[in-house]
Amino acid sequence: MSIFQADSLSINFGGIKAVDGVSFDVEQGEVFTIIGPNGAGKTTIFNLVSRIYEPTGGKLVFNGTDITNVPPHRIAALGIARTFQNIELFEHATLLQNLLLARHAHKRSGFFSELLFLPSVRRMELEHREAVEKVIEFLDLQQYRDSFIVNLPYGVRKVTELARALCTDPKLLLLDEPSSGLNVEETDDMAFWIQDIRDLLGITVLMVEHDMSLVSAVSDRVMALNYGRPITTGTPGEVQSHPEVVRAYLGG
Amino acid sequence: MAVGCIYGLVALGFVLIYKATELVNFAQGDLLMLGAFVAYMAVIWWGLDYWLAFAISVVTVGAFGALLDATVLRKVIGQPQFAIVMLTIGLGAMFRTFASVTWGSEIYTLPTPFSGVWQVGGVTLSHQYLSIVAGTLILCGVLYAFFNHTRIGVAMQATSQNQLAAYYMGIPVKLIFSMIWAISAGVAAAAGILLAPVTLIDINMGLAVALKAFAAAVLGGFGSIPGALLGGIIIGLIELYAGATLPEGFKDTAPYIVLLIMLIVRPQGLFGTLARKKV
Amino acid sequence: MRFVFKTSYAQDIQIFRDRVDASWYGLLGLVVIALPFLMSEYYVGETTWVFIYALCGLSLMVLVGYTGLVSLGHAAFLGIGAYAHAFFLKNGIPWIPSVVLAVLITTASGIIVGLPALRMTGIYLAIATLAFSVIIQEVFSRWEYVTHGFAGMPVDKPVILGVSFADDRAFYYLCLFFLVLALWLTRNLLRSPTGRAWVAIRDSEIAAQSMGVNLAIYKSIAFAYSAALMGLAGALFAHKIAYLAPDIFTILLSIQFLLLVIVGGLGSLHGAVFGAIFVALLPPVIAILRDSIPASMADAAQATGIGIIGMLGDAVGNFLKKPGVEAGIFGLILVLVILLEPLGMYGRWIKIRVFFSTFPMYKRATFKRQRTYMRSERLR
Repeated sequence: MSIFQADSLSINFGGIKAVDGVSFDVEQGEVFTIIGPNGAGKTTIFNLVSRIYEPTGGKLVFNGTDITNVPPHRIAALGIARTFQNIELFEHATLLQNLLLARHAHKRSGFFSELLFLPSVRRMELEHREAVEKVIEFLDLQQYRDSFIVNLPYGVRKVTELARALCTDPKLLLLDEPSSGLNVEETDDMAFWIQDIRDLLGITVLMVEHDMSLVSAVSDRVMALNYGRPITTGTPGEVQSHPEVVRAYLGG
Repeated sequence: MAVGCIYGLVALGFVLIYKATELVNFAQGDLLMLGAFVAYMAVIWWGLDYWLAFAISVVTVGAFGALLDATVLRKVIGQPQFAIVMLTIGLGAMFRTFASVTWGSEIYTLPTPFSGVWQVGGVTLSHQYLSIVAGTLILCGVLYAFFNHTRIGVAMQATSQNQLAAYYMGIPVKLIFSMIWAISAGVAAAAGILLAPVTLIDINMGLAVALKAFAAAVLGGFGSIPGALLGGIIIGLIELYAGATLPEGFKDTAPYIVLLIMLIVRPQGLFGTLARKKV
Repeated sequence: MRFVFKTSYAQDIQIFRDRVDASWYGLLGLVVIALPFLMSEYYVGETTWVFIYALCGLSLMVLVGYTGLVSLGHAAFLGIGAYAHAFFLKNGIPWIPSVVLAVLITTASGIIVGLPALRMTGIYLAIATLAFSVIIQEVFSRWEYVTHGFAGMPVDKPVILGVSFADDRAFYYLCLFFLVLALWLTRNLLRSPTGRAWVAIRDSEIAAQSMGVNLAIYKSIAFAYSAALMGLAGALFAHKIAYLAPDIFTILLSIQFLLLVIVGGLGSLHGAVFGAIFVALLPPVIAILRDSIPASMADAAQATGIGIIGMLGDAVGNFLKKPGVEAGIFGLILVLVILLEPLGMYGRWIKIRVFFSTFPMYKRATFKRQRTYMRSERLR
């Protein structure tokens, strides 16, 4: 049962067709990876799905609802979360505050009750904290709780991006190049976490990735993209041995 | 209309610095004031010729601008924009106090060789105003040629986009920044000297002009040099029109109302472009 | 070196870090309450100014320090609050409803200013607030029915529920009460989702949106709350200054408020208070130095026989007596703070505390901030 469908998705920037008629389905509970050379439009697709960009054509359907025209701040409440390729953390806040912010979509307190910090607000704050602590434990971030993001090393920031996306309690998780900038050990950790996210947490993962070993290890299905158009879709093995993909991207 | 040219010149200075270094120099008006005072000092205190004083003032204030960049601004490269803006505001206040201490806090007049009028087809044009328009045109011509037909102009664009990469490409970024500041300060000084006969010289002359020049720069689009000039002229015309037709008090606020409307409707101004973060 | 052990989640959301911190603040509170009985009337008045400035600083801190929206024209809101309150009092409305109305009106104008702000970024917003401030100042001059224009508007001391607060000490406690109230309310907001949303907007609008923050709503709330605080400050300001005129609420005053939050330390409530102490006390300090420096240096010259010291003292004294020197000194301090201590007074205070608590293992790098060199990184 597909949880997400993109149907003939297109966007133009000036005269450039960054994404040109891309269609794909993501099944519930799978890890779906998009690969392709730089500039193929992968991150653009993410920006379209998280509604930061407006598509010039096509449709996006999530969980049966048409989300093509939903404003960007509503997708978190719908159950879609994303990480950013170049880390968009809140630099001058602590890790804990970053994660707590991710619970915003589940906020139920009004302005005036927050102003007076009523007991109901206090209770909800503690509930949010509990939820966030589960993610912290899952990703082993306890020691960095109170550190400001500016002071954290790159590898930890990447994991924090993931943590923050998980704290929104998503049904669909968009990971934009989760292993970029990570060393071998950290990439292995990432692979285990992605598998746990799929198997233990039951979250569907849509991923953009360049590291082929990570792609093979983790993905259920892969789509190769070039110049904004899909080349082929299939299992990692099929796609990686597809001649067109090899020519355009993998070399060989 | 001539005053509009002055606004345009100061706005030009704003836009120059902004295009290159991405910071808004709130002390631009005060550099204008310093230029006027230095010229005054040269003519009245030292008895020099007007044109010589003009040149001295432009060069001195220009050099001062470069010095400012080399000593103070360099230290804040990489800090958030807000901090740098506040820095220039603080510097502006310091310049005003310096002027007050050095030259006095009264109103002074600058004698110029432009007196008399021209009769052109029934319209009386004073030489004073003509000098302003002419001065503006000449300055703009020179600057245009400089930016579009020299390698330095291209280098300046590069440094405004990515300072680090420009360094790696061998562009002497620090030197270029200082040069831009020098040019911008020099332009401000020239504007001050041209303006002096019209509004008379006092410590706060820069402030009033700077505010309107801001409006001009925004109107024209913050990244566009011809836009800044056009914006200045438009603001000057609006002031003129408002003063003549609308009730008392609107003369001063009309430019700002136009500015607000512009910001709401089309924030990038007439010629500018909106920048967007790429994620 | 004191380490705070955390044993429950509740500890992270309470106002004071632990009992020790709370007792220090309690002590501070007692001192502040006792001060009017220990100081002369002049100093009580000056400290009241600190409280009012702190309210202004708090207002600006919420908007600039926490939400990252720069306003160069905040004095306009102060003026709106002040004139509204004075106008209502003049027309016989009792004190409490008058203040409430003034705050509501200022809040409304804050929302109005905030509306176009939703579409603007950074410097454009700053310029828009500047333009707004100039226009409002003109309105103050022209709308004679409400503001009496250039003739000025006298304001009596407050009479609340029949009790007169004309006494300096009474007014001191009134301002202190409102300051503490504002601090508490703001602290509540900052430890709630709203405060976090504000910080998110400051640091990365795109990420904030992706986490579900409706930018338009939270920016509007920031403007509204900030304006509300300014409105309250305006009402107290009107009483304190006793005579309102349009040329009080200039851009220079707005810049003074910005100076306040920068020198105090952007992004902290303490910063608003520290900054207020600085900005309120600097003019009196300059006034004192104007006479005392030449005098004491003349004495030193006589004592040591070195004439130059006396001449230097006279020169400094003459410099300080010139008109417009205050603005220049403010400018100089602003420049020095940004160059040398961008974190402001509160930042320096924290550094000193960390130094002593981690001695001898203090590292300067603890506070080194990341610099952004790419233009695209500086956009939000």
